[in-house]
Amino acid sequence: MSTIITSAPALAPASKEPGQGGGVDYLNHETSIASWLLTLDHKRIGILYLVAMSAMFVLGGFYAGLIRAELITPKGDLMSSDFYNKSFTAHGVIMVFFVLIPLVPASLGNFMLPLMIGAKDVAFPRLNLISWYVYMIGAGFTLVALIGGGVDTGWTFYTPLSTTYLNSNVLLTATGLFILGFSSILTGLNFIVTIHRMRCPGMDWFRMPLFVWALYATSVIQLLGTPVIAITLALVGVERLLGVGIFDPRLGGDPILYQHLFWFYSHPAVYIMILPPLGVTNELISTFSRKPIFGYSMMAGASLAIAIFSFIVWAHHMFTSGLSPYAAMFFSLLTFSVAIPSGIKVFTWLATLFRGSISFDSPMLYAYGFIGLFTIGGMTGLFLSTLGTDIHFHDTYFVVAHFHYVMVGGAIVGFMGGLHFIWPKMFGRMYPEFLARMSAILIFVGFNLTFFPQFLVGYLGMPRRYHEYPNEFQVLNVFSTAGATVLGVGYLLPLLYLPWSVFFGEKAGRNPWGATTLDWTHTESPPTPHNFEETPVVTGEPYKYDTLFNKESALAGH
Amino acid sequence: MWDFPIWPESASTVAPSVEALYLFIVALNIGMTALVFGLLVLFSVLYYRRADDQVPPQYHGSMLLEIGWTAIPTVICLIVFAWGVKVYAELVVPPADSMDVYIVGRQWMWKAQYPGGQREINALHAVLGKPVKLTITSEDVLHSFSIPAFRVKSDAVPGRYTTLWFQPTQAGVYHIFCTEYCGTEHSRMIGKITVMEEGDYQKWLSEKAELGDALQGRKLFAKLQCVTCHAGESQARAPSLEEIHMKRIPLSFDKGSPVAPGATVLADENYLRESIRYPSAKIAAGYQYPSIMPAYDESLVSEDEMFQLIAYIKSLKKGQTPTRNEHTTTPTALGAPAGRP
Repeated sequence: MSTIITSAPALAPASKEPGQGGGVDYLNHETSIASWLLTLDHKRIGILYLVAMSAMFVLGGFYAGLIRAELITPKGDLMSSDFYNKSFTAHGVIMVFFVLIPLVPASLGNFMLPLMIGAKDVAFPRLNLISWYVYMIGAGFTLVALIGGGVDTGWTFYTPLSTTYLNSNVLLTATGLFILGFSSILTGLNFIVTIHRMRCPGMDWFRMPLFVWALYATSVIQLLGTPVIAITLALVGVERLLGVGIFDPRLGGDPILYQHLFWFYSHPAVYIMILPPLGVTNELISTFSRKPIFGYSMMAGASLAIAIFSFIVWAHHMFTSGLSPYAAMFFSLLTFSVAIPSGIKVFTWLATLFRGSISFDSPMLYAYGFIGLFTIGGMTGLFLSTLGTDIHFHDTYFVVAHFHYVMVGGAIVGFMGGLHFIWPKMFGRMYPEFLARMSAILIFVGFNLTFFPQFLVGYLGMPRRYHEYPNEFQVLNVFSTAGATVLGVGYLLPLLYLPWSVFFGEKAGRNPWGATTLDWTHTESPPTPHNFEETPVVTGEPYKYDTLFNKESALAGH
Repeated sequence: MWDFPIWPESASTVAPSVEALYLFIVALNIGMTALVFGLLVLFSVLYYRRADDQVPPQYHGSMLLEIGWTAIPTVICLIVFAWGVKVYAELVVPPADSMDVYIVGRQWMWKAQYPGGQREINALHAVLGKPVKLTITSEDVLHSFSIPAFRVKSDAVPGRYTTLWFQPTQAGVYHIFCTEYCGTEHSRMIGKITVMEEGDYQKWLSEKAELGDALQGRKLFAKLQCVTCHAGESQARAPSLEEIHMKRIPLSFDKGSPVAPGATVLADENYLRESIRYPSAKIAAGYQYPSIMPAYDESLVSEDEMFQLIAYIKSLKKGQTPTRNEHTTTPTALGAPAGRP
């Protein structure tokens, strides 16, 4: 055991520490708008993404509110079916492509990755800025398409509906997503090179924080998967514009081909969404229990295994499409292979908490919420990977509930945990802890109230994307809408107190959580423009709480 | 307030099998969720931070535990997978004595055709205890034909046939939903299936009496001049279609033909349909590529008519192909499919 210091300077506000306060940091060394829009600093680019994605999240949430409001009553009495279809399409397109996929890598990843591996920036800072502009251009196209009349294909753009039957803004939306894809590819490429080439001396692969492993696995998927969706959307454009038969059988094409191509990307995309929050959760669980992650290499390996397996399970979205029964069995079996590493992760966190020193700061509450919701989301996936039950559940609200548990309960809640975790590093300020805990609890309760009834109504057979539904489904839908309002309040709170805290929050120390990774131990809060005054040298594993406290005591004295 | 269902009706032979598997996975879900939530609470109570400077013992892992929580879930997953395949086999293999009903989906309605020629829109009738096999296609976009009370579902895919079957075990009226998003009025592409006793069903059928599908198909066979080449006695220009259904056909691999040498194809409904729409796709051995047969697209043979043609081809027994110079006769003048004299 280490020498335990009597007072933890890690928890003291920065203003009381000598050598800090009034220094130059990445936020105050330049303040003009141009200095933000032309910045090459990964930390600022992370914040640019954060702002853009928050705006998209609010917009996507607005459409979710419209959907839930319409579904209070069985009759389609609030809006036309056309507008309803456009609303769920807008909700899906915005949330999947503009929020969930880039969410953690582009915001938290951009900010944290170089800090965590002891680098001054990512490998290609200009490319990093370009990625953000590409994101914004893609978002611009899509928003113009949505505002200029909308698009009603569903976020899946299934053919031949999307290519030859609809008159809405399919091409414009597809163009926006095509452009957006390059943002994802470039970010993935940038991160892979950064992780390979920019690690500081002594940081070998198995000394990297697990969040970095998660970003690495994610980047591999982004790099390999995204070109496929770009090609697929381009083919949709070719068929729609030129009438070349690719997907529409009337023109000699095959609609099932589209599903294969689409899910070949869009299933791995689920893991683009969920792997980074899994990585974030590792940091949170370790930090707030002051223990190294139990079975580090297994955890790193599980991230890579999930990334690899994610590419060979896509046809489980197509079990009812007339797929050959043998192919269906094959893909069902492979799908279970993703369940195993996901389960390993949950068990690993529990083992990490065992005999830990657990504190319940708001990031940890989010991490608990993440584990709970990810467990339910993952376990209910069993119903859908199992052939005998999937046939009944396919395209019902059960699927809607399942993937919201994974993508919102998992990805969004994990992101919120990560955001609350690095907020003091990002802005050097603490947010109101009470409100943050309230938000974490409201989101957990509201989320379950919204989506658990959807499992039940899905088992009853209520199909997805229904503007009107039979009367017997109403009670469960009312519960769901009631939960959505609670969830909405839970999301609204951070939108208010986080920006407030940037200006008025209590000053945070360099390491308010007592975390062990370089971003906390070797940089200021907020960091200086080039992160590290001296290149750090790593001598051991990433999670060493015993030595951290010795080191902190040495720092306190200087 | 609380009188809403959380359990769908279970009204077919496969529904209890699906339900048993469902309950098993529910039990796994409850077990795992209870374990995770229980341990989270327990550890939180036991190991909350007592002092700001507390540093707990630093465990790094345990090979035994890690192997355990990899191996045990793997075994459980394999059990669930195997059980799932068993139920799936029940769901996809119809009994040989199933009654054929053909379903065409279009924006936004379901059309059903019975062997006796009866038609229905957004409705289906079935006999208690009698298996029914649906052959499904679409005239436009993707749809999906779903009867939750029977736990069955199959997409309607334009350009090909999919199938599903069920055997009702409970009289009553049940929902039919379209479960694949198909455009503006997707949520109105719904219907009802009525399960009746045999006697009621026969009464209902006779009230809707029509010319049988196979007979309608025979008319088309003459009208479209199929018989000019697909003659019974001479196979010089095209193969005979007598008793072709579900036979394995050796394919021609003439130069230019997209078929591998030695390939065969099962002459199921999908093959018959493809050979009418795209005659050159898979040519029977002994005939030249490309096919001399014209392609019959939707303007010549609608999906409804396609089902009639196929019903006719399926009914063709040895020696029943009409002679080439037979005139199209009025429907009422026809009895059973006439054999050659």
